[in-house]
Amino acid sequence: MGVNPSAVVGIGQTKYNSVRDDVSIAGLCREAAKRALEDAEMSWSDIEAVVIGKAPDMFEGVVMPEAYLADALGAAGKPIIRVHTAGSVGGSTALVAASLVQGAIHERVLTVAFEKQSESDAMWALSRPIPFSPPTLAGAGGYFAPLIRAYIRRSGAPSHVGMMVAVKDRKNALKNPYAHLHMEDISMEKVEESPMLWDPIRYLETCPSSDGACAMVIAGEKTASSKSRTPAWIHATAMRSEPTMFAGRDAVNPRAGQDCARDLYSQAGITNPRKQIDMAEIYVPFSWYEPMWMENLGFADLGEGWKMTEEGATALDGDLPVNCSGGVLSTNPIGASGMIRFAEAALQVRSMAGDHQVPDCNLAMGHAYGGGSQYFAMWLVGANRPT
Amino acid sequence: MRDVAVASFAQSQSVRRADETNEVEMLMPVVAEAVAESGIPKKEIEFTISGSCDYLGGVPFAFVSGLDAVGAWPPISESHVEMDGAWALYEAWVRLQHGDIDTALVYSFGKSSLGNVTEVLSQQLDPYYLAPLWPDTVSLAALQARAWLEDGHSDKEIAEIVSKNRLNASKNQYSQIRSQISPQEYLERPYRVDPLRIDDCPPISDGASAIVLVAGDRARSLPQKLAWIKGIDHRIEPHSIGARDLSVSVSTRLAAQKAGAIGVEVDVCEIHAPFSYQQAIISEALGLGASTDINPSGGALCANPIMAAGLIRIGEAAQAVMDGRAKTAIGHATAGPCLQQNLVCLLKGGN
Amino acid sequence: MAETEAVDPNAPVTKISTPIELTYRFTAGRAASRFIKGLLDKKILGQRCPECLKVYVPPRGSCAACGVPTQEEVELPPSGIVTTFCVVNVPFYGQKIKIPYVTGTILLDGADIGFMHLLQEVEADEVRMGMRVEAIWQDEADMVPGLESIKYFRPTGEPDAPYDDYKEYV
Repeated sequence: MGVNPSAVVGIGQTKYNSVRDDVSIAGLCREAAKRALEDAEMSWSDIEAVVIGKAPDMFEGVVMPEAYLADALGAAGKPIIRVHTAGSVGGSTALVAASLVQGAIHERVLTVAFEKQSESDAMWALSRPIPFSPPTLAGAGGYFAPLIRAYIRRSGAPSHVGMMVAVKDRKNALKNPYAHLHMEDISMEKVEESPMLWDPIRYLETCPSSDGACAMVIAGEKTASSKSRTPAWIHATAMRSEPTMFAGRDAVNPRAGQDCARDLYSQAGITNPRKQIDMAEIYVPFSWYEPMWMENLGFADLGEGWKMTEEGATALDGDLPVNCSGGVLSTNPIGASGMIRFAEAALQVRSMAGDHQVPDCNLAMGHAYGGGSQYFAMWLVGANRPT
Repeated sequence: MRDVAVASFAQSQSVRRADETNEVEMLMPVVAEAVAESGIPKKEIEFTISGSCDYLGGVPFAFVSGLDAVGAWPPISESHVEMDGAWALYEAWVRLQHGDIDTALVYSFGKSSLGNVTEVLSQQLDPYYLAPLWPDTVSLAALQARAWLEDGHSDKEIAEIVSKNRLNASKNQYSQIRSQISPQEYLERPYRVDPLRIDDCPPISDGASAIVLVAGDRARSLPQKLAWIKGIDHRIEPHSIGARDLSVSVSTRLAAQKAGAIGVEVDVCEIHAPFSYQQAIISEALGLGASTDINPSGGALCANPIMAAGLIRIGEAAQAVMDGRAKTAIGHATAGPCLQQNLVCLLKGGN
Repeated sequence: MAETEAVDPNAPVTKISTPIELTYRFTAGRAASRFIKGLLDKKILGQRCPECLKVYVPPRGSCAACGVPTQEEVELPPSGIVTTFCVVNVPFYGQKIKIPYVTGTILLDGADIGFMHLLQEVEADEVRMGMRVEAIWQDEADMVPGLESIKYFRPTGEPDAPYDDYKEYV
């Protein structure tokens, strides 16, 4: 890319939980932001601009909350931008922040993504009856379950693959102190016995509803090179969108995701993603989306994604560890979930992921998607400055 | 800084209630017009970004249906801000600074008619201390007007502002209020929320707007006159209206300084002031003199499609440059209660 | 609101409840209006894209892929196939239908895009991809301007469509 080199120099996460009633919305964002500043060895006054992201405002019932949050994020007197691209928003928000540095507009940008789902009812917000439509909407699961069924039919994947992902990600979450779900006794049996919510999606194959925020400080080369901790250099960024509904759309393996990944790889000179990328944090809100995205992102051939899961390739000790943090299946403050993926990828290449660290991680991928599998945001971060 | 220009601008007729058309149907012809007039084939647009607000229509993901108007197939590089389209334009300008792409489409739309917009916007306030009180937009603007009057001003100055905007709007085919009012007639009108008279408040509007930005040599190769972005910046202030001096706009001043728009001879300035008093405050913050023609469009006071009205100000300022009516123009946009956040865009003609 | 409870003055306030009620008047738009009015006459009216010639139902007034307005009207039969489906077994606030229920993506004969609707008169575990279904209309008295004018879809008993016939639409 002919852009200014940029890097993640600070990362902050809140403890994720179903209800964070010890903090206000502003307090939640500030908790993550302060930790990111500490990690970056910076104070509020070092920050030149703020980029904030979250999913629909109806999740908290505050209209365009960046106005109210400006004070808590130290934005007074600075530029603040509010991004909203559905579920991919946490990723897109990070990309907008990176763009400000890549375009040489700013040197140090704070970016925050959050959701405090306990403030309202996300299922209600996502199932608003649209006038003149049948009242069949039933949350995100009601939309994605038929697509998962279609994937299983296309690929011939055995039914235990979805359960394997559910177990793997929950086990990974046990190694991540920030993760919402810590299910010590997770097992294939437990997943199988859990209620079928949106057939073929079982209760334990879905993500929780979480309160939480994630923040990053993104800086230019001069700042990044001066930090004592390793920065996560941004090697490639890409976004793609396609319409929700049009005749002939493949919503199971959407082209926007394929194109986005291809763009990302070409920027970083990647020809064999499975070999050249050391780990990936992928947006998997329903367990089956792990094999589906493995194919969509070119890590596996068409119809073969489920084999990666089954063979253990995506496990913490596999050849392409996926969602070492426990992923969206263990933590899902919707608007923040994409940024958590991006931040966890950055933690890995900084060797700061603690118990869920992948050894010798040089290049990691962060991925987020949203809407009806139509909005995609991705980045590649590396331990070395891109050449 | 890379040279980026407004290559085309389109807007819908602003109306009280676009009852026949939904958001996509309202937006589609506007996007099509902006793209056609830019001279850039649709498939060659490299970045797309929109601004809209879910709560205006009461349905989450308003921007998802907006995408239908663009024909995003094959998939496009695209983003969205839950802000006025002016901030979408800012993000597009930033993206064009990277140097790897040359073209961007910006659009925004809003139908304020669907709900009770002054109630909807009250839910943008601090959710613990302010929003539960449901302070409506007009009352908040009245507080600001009062602060300005108490600062040593008179409503006679406002009478001139209102009358001038209404005269200009009467000549603007896209405007919603097209009737004129003399300063004397204004002063005789009853108060709505003292000190605001009905003519100090914007109409409730449905509308959409789109702009195509083109950078560098690609822009210079276009045959039409362009409006070059010579500076653009935006700043926010503390949220609580008690924490600010409402009679001035420090964020506008700061944004204008950063954009290089202070001390410049400005021929045309389009100020995004839904309420008449706010125009006086912004005009003062920008340091505009008598030689600047303010709001030749009639401004947001006469047509206020929320989420699009700020982008329309930039579009109108750019159009003044492209039409040769101005050598230098400023487009201003505001957001948040009582001018909390402001954006300033400095535009110039030539090459 | 008048009820008072003994409050521990030292306990932190962890929540205040501020119900928000906003009323909206939704605009269907030109294309949807035509469609909805058609349903009241038990007619399913789609639209064909002038560029890619695909038939949209319900019509959206535009082809999202081509980004052009659609105008040509196409009447479709009240029958088609289930391309994929899910069994909803999760209760939530505001739900109107008793769980468990099956929602299917219905591809009407002659249409190029499916839409979600209810499947009834069939056990959840008997629903199949490719199953042929037909629309059951509401009783005259219950006809409303909307897709709810179709009460639900039910199996016709005809042989299932082969997967290859509809895999492009899954």
